[in-house]
Amino acid sequence: MLGLRRRGVHRAAACLLAPVVLAACSAGGGASLAAGERLPDGQFRGGAFVVSANEPEHLVPANATTTRDGQILSALFTGLVEYDPKTAEPRNAMAESITSEDQRTWTIRIKPGWTFHNGEPVTAQSFVDAWNFAAYAPHANGNAGYFNKVEGYAALQAAKPATKEMTGLRAVDATTFTVRLTDSFSQFPVLLGFQAFYPMPMAAYADIDGYEEAPIGNGPFQMDGRWRHDEFIRLKRFAGYRGTPAFADAVEFRIYSKTSGGYEDLLAGNIDVAHDIPPDQLAAAQAEFRSGFVERRSSAFYYLGFPLWDEAFADRKALRQAISLAIDRPAIVRAIYDNTREPAYSVINPLTPGSRPDACKLCDYDPRRARQLLAEAGGFNGPLTLWFSTSAENQPAMEALANMLRTNLGIEDIRFEVLDFAQFLSLVKARKVTGPFFSSWLMDYPSPHTYIAPLYTGGAATNRTGYANPVVDRHIAEGDRAASIEAGIAAYQRAEDVILDDMPVIPLWFGKTRAVHGDRVTHVAIDPFSRIRVQDVQVVG
Amino acid sequence: MTNYVVRRLLQVVPVFFGATFLIFALVYAVPGDPIDALAGDKAVEPAVRAELRDRYNLDDPLFVRYGKYIGGLATGDFGTNFRGRPVSEIMKQRFPVTVRLALLAFAFEAVLGLAAGVLAGLRRRSFMDSLVLVSTTVVVAIPVFVLGYLAQKLLAVELGWFPVVGIREGWRSYFLPAIVLGSLSLCYVARLARASLIEAMRADYVRTARAKGLPERRVVGVHALRNSLIPVITFLGVDLGSLLSGAIVTEGIFNLPGIGQATFSAIQTQEYPTVVGIVTALVVVFILANLLVDVLYAVLDPRIRYR
Repeated sequence: MLGLRRRGVHRAAACLLAPVVLAACSAGGGASLAAGERLPDGQFRGGAFVVSANEPEHLVPANATTTRDGQILSALFTGLVEYDPKTAEPRNAMAESITSEDQRTWTIRIKPGWTFHNGEPVTAQSFVDAWNFAAYAPHANGNAGYFNKVEGYAALQAAKPATKEMTGLRAVDATTFTVRLTDSFSQFPVLLGFQAFYPMPMAAYADIDGYEEAPIGNGPFQMDGRWRHDEFIRLKRFAGYRGTPAFADAVEFRIYSKTSGGYEDLLAGNIDVAHDIPPDQLAAAQAEFRSGFVERRSSAFYYLGFPLWDEAFADRKALRQAISLAIDRPAIVRAIYDNTREPAYSVINPLTPGSRPDACKLCDYDPRRARQLLAEAGGFNGPLTLWFSTSAENQPAMEALANMLRTNLGIEDIRFEVLDFAQFLSLVKARKVTGPFFSSWLMDYPSPHTYIAPLYTGGAATNRTGYANPVVDRHIAEGDRAASIEAGIAAYQRAEDVILDDMPVIPLWFGKTRAVHGDRVTHVAIDPFSRIRVQDVQVVG
Repeated sequence: MTNYVVRRLLQVVPVFFGATFLIFALVYAVPGDPIDALAGDKAVEPAVRAELRDRYNLDDPLFVRYGKYIGGLATGDFGTNFRGRPVSEIMKQRFPVTVRLALLAFAFEAVLGLAAGVLAGLRRRSFMDSLVLVSTTVVVAIPVFVLGYLAQKLLAVELGWFPVVGIREGWRSYFLPAIVLGSLSLCYVARLARASLIEAMRADYVRTARAKGLPERRVVGVHALRNSLIPVITFLGVDLGSLLSGAIVTEGIFNLPGIGQATFSAIQTQEYPTVVGIVTALVVVFILANLLVDVLYAVLDPRIRYR
């Protein structure tokens, strides 16, 4: 008995102590990374840093539809156009000039002398080939739709298209190509910064799956090794870059499946920048990091859409307006979201050129007027069902909203239909929802067009509410055909005015995005697409 | 015995087909279009949608789709997920992580649990016994995610003894998650071992063995323990199976790219090929784990004979 006991105790003790001993013996912490060198003008060049990231879905530009893809690609590629990090105004990047007489045929000249990371020159043909590749339906690229305004696009949409090239695209010489659209589109240059329009080298087409594991781009950083799925993606500065070079020598995107993982690693000092923070840690993060806490608007637009195919809501403008006036947006943003959102008084996100912060005349909380309008509309009978997807923050916000409607409008019977996101989206797309639905929208390019046309044009594929107003369609068409980007914006604003009066959707709030960083890095800025501009980050420690 | 094992192995076939077909049917019965889920808020071009539906046989009737899938399996092709990544590659990348985590957690819970249980069982009503009983009750009461976050915060973030997240530091990365994961099962093992050892020590053969003059070490170690281990082995066998199927919560907290996380996110994003592929592999794992447990019975207890 004695022997057994001793053995057992020894075994137990060994098991308990082993990890502690091992931990003490091994080297602590993550690898130590190189610091930057201080230059005479006070900036820091060189060094390496680590950013948290989510596992991208695709790294082929033609198929990269999400922001997480864009985060990596925006470091690997430079498009024709880029967007000012603060104002989101488009400006030429690889393009020398983008001109058109009639907003329909565009002549794009690119800067000469640029090369891909493998040395291949970036020519007009690089863009033409990449765009044809994206639009060709059998490749099943997620970004194909961005080319639907180019002449010849429709011919590439069959199951076995006769041709692989759009007739509207033509390379004139090594640095010039023309794009002919099916109709005038004043906002065309603004689109060209989106990742769908990046060029690709010839090496990509031979083995596109292999290319995706280590994309070769033309941007300030190039791949350092392959894409290590769910682990990391390492980039190093591209010495042959012809634009403004990156400050750091290397950056690692460390992949986390949960936001909290990245944040915890930042707290432990293992990474330098945590992209996004778990909502419940916000106050703590702000207090702890102070100047390392970066917050800015995101392009997210959250709204309550009405099912306008349902007679309870169609043709009842006053009812929809009443509901909008009965919602106290600032109160919800403050109490439920802890100011991680911003109340919306327009349907165009404020970070977009052409947004007007107070465009909505029926969004300021006014319960008295709401009741008046409800009476004008003839009241509301029957249960009101609110549809939304299961997200940690949706439920309390919807409950608060429902309570406001109960209190201010006297609509007692309010129910919820809560589904997981994929199911919710399917039902909305299939027009099977029976009441207002809470949804969101992100911009693809910084133009009011991206918030107006896809959601409110009659018959558009992403028009979830079924809204169709010929006046709005006319204004949108005027904007598309306008003689300049600014003139187009003015027309879209007119469309927005009509929309804000008709209220097919109730604008609720806009999103914000955050990043936190440690002392080793400075100049951590978030661009309008919620991406961290890794080329601007300087490593000081 | 051989007959028994062969018979059990043959049983694997209908169980395998039945289980995989069930999963296949259930997963595709979930409402919602996976191609739509891929696109999220944005629209999918009709031609692209048609191409994807054709690629993944989504327009075929269920049996045809299942048949094509099984046909692919026969050649080791688990298909590709809707984003174009081969499922076998996903599994090859993810399974080793889960296996390491599972083995470490298993070793931890088996060794420590048995030791604690045996000690407690031998020294009933002693301090050791009370300590084991109380601590196991406390640990069982704490949800695993609380345990996980606490351990991570205290031991990794504050004290820096272990890596916070990820698998960058080799085996060291797995210690803390393994401890967290194994802690619950450890309590069960300890209590189970304790209870069955107490039961076994009261048996006649133990009294006889003592009467024959055997050292206590042999009485307990050779005779009593072998019999009392049967319920513990059962539990451990089933537990190993469930450990290998991936611990979603622990993998999430410690950012381990394992099977649990893969299945969870695949279900959320309606990536059916991944879900079916992983579950198919796990069905086989479970069946084999159960077979192993049953065979071990016969080894442990000569009274159990299979014909």
